[in-house]
Amino acid sequence: MLQTLPFGGDGGGYMADEKKLFTVTIDNITVEVEPGTSILQAARKIGGDVAPPAMCYYTKLKDSGGKCRTCLVEVAAGSAADPRPMPKLVASCRTNVMDGMVVKNITSDRVIDARNGVVEFLLINHPLDCPICDQAGECHLQDLSYEHGKGASRYEFKRRTFDKHDLGPYIQLHMTRCILCYRCVYTADQVTNERKHGILMRGDHSEIATYIEKSLENDFIGNVIDVCPVGALTDRTFRFKNRVWFTKPVDAHCNCEKCSGEVQLWMRGDEVLRVTARKDEWGEVKDTSKGETGWICNTCRFERKKASDWIIEGPSQINRHSVISQGHYENGVKPNETIKKVMGGRDPKLLMNIKDVSEVNQVELSEIKGAATSESFKQLKKGN
Amino acid sequence: MKFSDDKLKQVDEMISHYPEGKHKSALLPLLHFVQKENGGWLSSEAMDYTAELLKIAPIEVYEVATFYSMYNLQPVGKTIFEVCQTGPCMLRGSDGIVDYIYEKLGIKPGQTTADGLFTLKTVECLGACGYAPMMQLGPDYREHLTKEKIDALIAEGKTKAN
Amino acid sequence: MGRKILLDKAHIEGIRHYDVYRREGGYRSVEKALKTMSPDAVTEEVKKSGLRGRGGAGFPTGMKWGFLAKPEGVPRYLVVNADESEPGTFKDRYLMEFIPHLLIEGMITASYALGSNVSYIYIRGEYWWVKEILEVAVQEARNAGWLGKNILGSGFDCDIFVQPGAGAYICGEETALIESLEGKRGNPRIKPPFPAVKGLWGCPTVVNNVETIAAVVPIVNDGGDEYAKIGIGKSTGTKLISACGNLNKPGVYEIEMNISVEEFLYSDEYCGGIANGKRLKACIPGGSSVPILPANLLLKTAKGETRMMTYESLSDGGFATGSMMGSGGFIAMDEDQCVVKHTYTLARFYRHESCGQCSPCREGTGWMEKILLNIENGKGKMSDIDLLWDIQRKIEGNTICPLGDAAAWPVAAAIRHFRDEFEWHVTNPTDALKGNYGLANYAKPLEIAVAP
Ligand code: SF4
Ligand code: FES
Ligand code: FES
Repeated sequence: MLQTLPFGGDGGGYMADEKKLFTVTIDNITVEVEPGTSILQAARKIGGDVAPPAMCYYTKLKDSGGKCRTCLVEVAAGSAADPRPMPKLVASCRTNVMDGMVVKNITSDRVIDARNGVVEFLLINHPLDCPICDQAGECHLQDLSYEHGKGASRYEFKRRTFDKHDLGPYIQLHMTRCILCYRCVYTADQVTNERKHGILMRGDHSEIATYIEKSLENDFIGNVIDVCPVGALTDRTFRFKNRVWFTKPVDAHCNCEKCSGEVQLWMRGDEVLRVTARKDEWGEVKDTSKGETGWICNTCRFERKKASDWIIEGPSQINRHSVISQGHYENGVKPNETIKKVMGGRDPKLLMNIKDVSEVNQVELSEIKGAATSESFKQLKKGN
Repeated sequence: MKFSDDKLKQVDEMISHYPEGKHKSALLPLLHFVQKENGGWLSSEAMDYTAELLKIAPIEVYEVATFYSMYNLQPVGKTIFEVCQTGPCMLRGSDGIVDYIYEKLGIKPGQTTADGLFTLKTVECLGACGYAPMMQLGPDYREHLTKEKIDALIAEGKTKAN
Repeated sequence: MGRKILLDKAHIEGIRHYDVYRREGGYRSVEKALKTMSPDAVTEEVKKSGLRGRGGAGFPTGMKWGFLAKPEGVPRYLVVNADESEPGTFKDRYLMEFIPHLLIEGMITASYALGSNVSYIYIRGEYWWVKEILEVAVQEARNAGWLGKNILGSGFDCDIFVQPGAGAYICGEETALIESLEGKRGNPRIKPPFPAVKGLWGCPTVVNNVETIAAVVPIVNDGGDEYAKIGIGKSTGTKLISACGNLNKPGVYEIEMNISVEEFLYSDEYCGGIANGKRLKACIPGGSSVPILPANLLLKTAKGETRMMTYESLSDGGFATGSMMGSGGFIAMDEDQCVVKHTYTLARFYRHESCGQCSPCREGTGWMEKILLNIENGKGKMSDIDLLWDIQRKIEGNTICPLGDAAAWPVAAAIRHFRDEFEWHVTNPTDALKGNYGLANYAKPLEIAVAP
């Protein structure tokens, strides 16, 4: 019964010819946006908690989005012209606004309920190995589960595991953590033009892999690390050097012939521990000073690890709504606070301090099959 | 792996079904063809050759070959019994067929006999529910299965091997 | 005897081949359309006929054709969905196997209406021999001048190709089918855009089921009004039903949509009753994904009316007490069958067939399967039943494509109507392994709530 109606409940997406701004109301806050803007982008314009979480959509990657379903929202009125509600929740990242549309995100019980479900689905097979994951502190799934996760899992079965794959000298793949957002696949397609990895198998066996061991070495392939929302793809040159929140991010640049050379350095003292692209408050790669997408090349990312390779501009502005912003950064900017406005003055949110559970360590991750608990972690440590 | 001119002509014929530049559409039929020519399964060499024939990246072939259940990524036994086990077939006794094959050949779903002659697989609905229980045997369906029919199929498989 | 307009000639000796098919009046609809009708006039007849998509959703075909975008200079495509894979459904296979030219004829006429110069039949790879039958039929039609350039001097060009799938239920979803036809993984696309605007290779495309396209032949031959006279209300015409499970005469039947479920199930013209003298326990009337009904809700609606084999009557009562026509895959279960086990096999099916793109379907289907297997094996807890309910609820409506719903509905309906059978498994684990819950009250006439 897969054959469907030609126009399902997913709503419109029609572009108006003239450039009249559309008015859209999201969680009782109204903004004006250009026709062709997605609900997600309109909500980001408002900012704060009104912006739905997006685990697979990535502004700079064509065709991304629609897959993870964390950004589902309720359309309470389709448009001023046709104010009927949409029967199903829609993926805000792939649904465009209409003039007069009314959207409910955190003000909709249906949305919260569905999102809790999605987060639970994303977590049932996730190893929950944050204590030993390099992404901890800047992981979108971690943020999401703090906000929507349940205390205890209702999943009583063995978690899915995968054989370990190596993606060459620079990039470490931990498939158990992957949420199949496809971002890294689109990145390889759109940023490197020579894709060697992809999604293999199907359904709950799907995995990111190269099929036969291949090393990813294209000059721009390192960007897959930056787009990965979780700790599935990490920088081998940084692995376990430090927890991100102990490092200090600074903006720096160099004269690079391959890329803009505009990067973010993660430093401890004078040591450059890691190099990444600069990211905006949604965790996406920013544009460069010339207005191009700020993808960086492998040389900048993996090889320029001396402070003298760089001209340091100053501390980065960290305004991402994330556990990472719990660190005391000189240039910390609080994310746009809308929650009180939406919830009538109440602030129901409590962020957990990741430092409480952190422990820097040298455990071989792939030896942990299943959920990484403090027990399995201790055992492994003992073994070492 | 390399195709003769004759085979290459067949490949060209497949590609001719689609508009100019849309030759990637031939990937599924071509993989069926390559699999047949390669002894019933797709080795990574066979997949790379497929990519070469269609001038696409090897990963595009791997992605597709691993998605569809009819492509075998491992060498297969000479005779493969693919017994449907979905609801409608289950109602008509497909479990009994699987058990009977185990009784006769000592193999469970996913296993191959020691002599490599028979492989037993369970599969999902093949669109023959009204003629259940059924199995796929190579390109054909065997329907209304009974113990007697299984005996005959096993005998057939053994003669074929000699 | 019910009227047959698709399969009436299916058993004439040699009808699989062109000569006999033509002698029996085949290809008249192409002559009529190309020589005497405009493309829009053909669409108009289809609209008048009230024909609804026969693949499962039941959307009016003429309206779907009307949505097709027609930008200047951009090719348009008709793709026939022959990826029949919904458990319980094997009607299209029957039609293509016995009377393949009916599909080819319908395709040429429909291609003319839609302006498709190259049309494809996407057939599931397992139906390999049917693919070969179709290829022979296409070649025969080509040789006889019904395909190719300037057909019948009308200026209309058309060719047809048969494309095999390779084992993936999901390719029955129209955008997954299109992806697959483009040589990719069968991942459903995120909509909008819809295929009517951007389909195959980015061009406007109509995807129709085999039976739908075959029905275009009698519609054009006899007129849409004539077709609409068959059946009841919005269920016009005939429908192919593939009947399976514990029946005396499983098989494919063409029915006029004006008979009762009881007649279909028990009369000798159709299924001939339940096999081995047993009693009916439950039935899934429209393919595995539509809600299962206990015997007492199948034959009569909750209001106590006779349930008919029509779209409206089968869905009477909504999901609370009704089901759906779906694809016409009619699965009957006798008193010795276990609903929990059957539901488990369906959950396993959907887990196996999920493409894996979106999280609720990828993760949720496997979770449901595991819980159902535990319950079936006497290892379930009472709370598992509620957990199952909650999981299906969180999948339904939240996925990219209808596979999520298709996986959720059977579980929901099984719990809704057979909760005591689930509970029995939990409270009697040893008995559950040896025997089953049996007929219980599932065939007992229901008390009809009298309207106040
Ligand atoms: S590896 Fe990371 S970027 Fe790639 S699909 Fe998985 S979660 Fe997404
Ligand atoms: S961000 Fe919209 S579905 Fe993933
Ligand atoms: S259930 Fe076995 S063929 Fe359909």
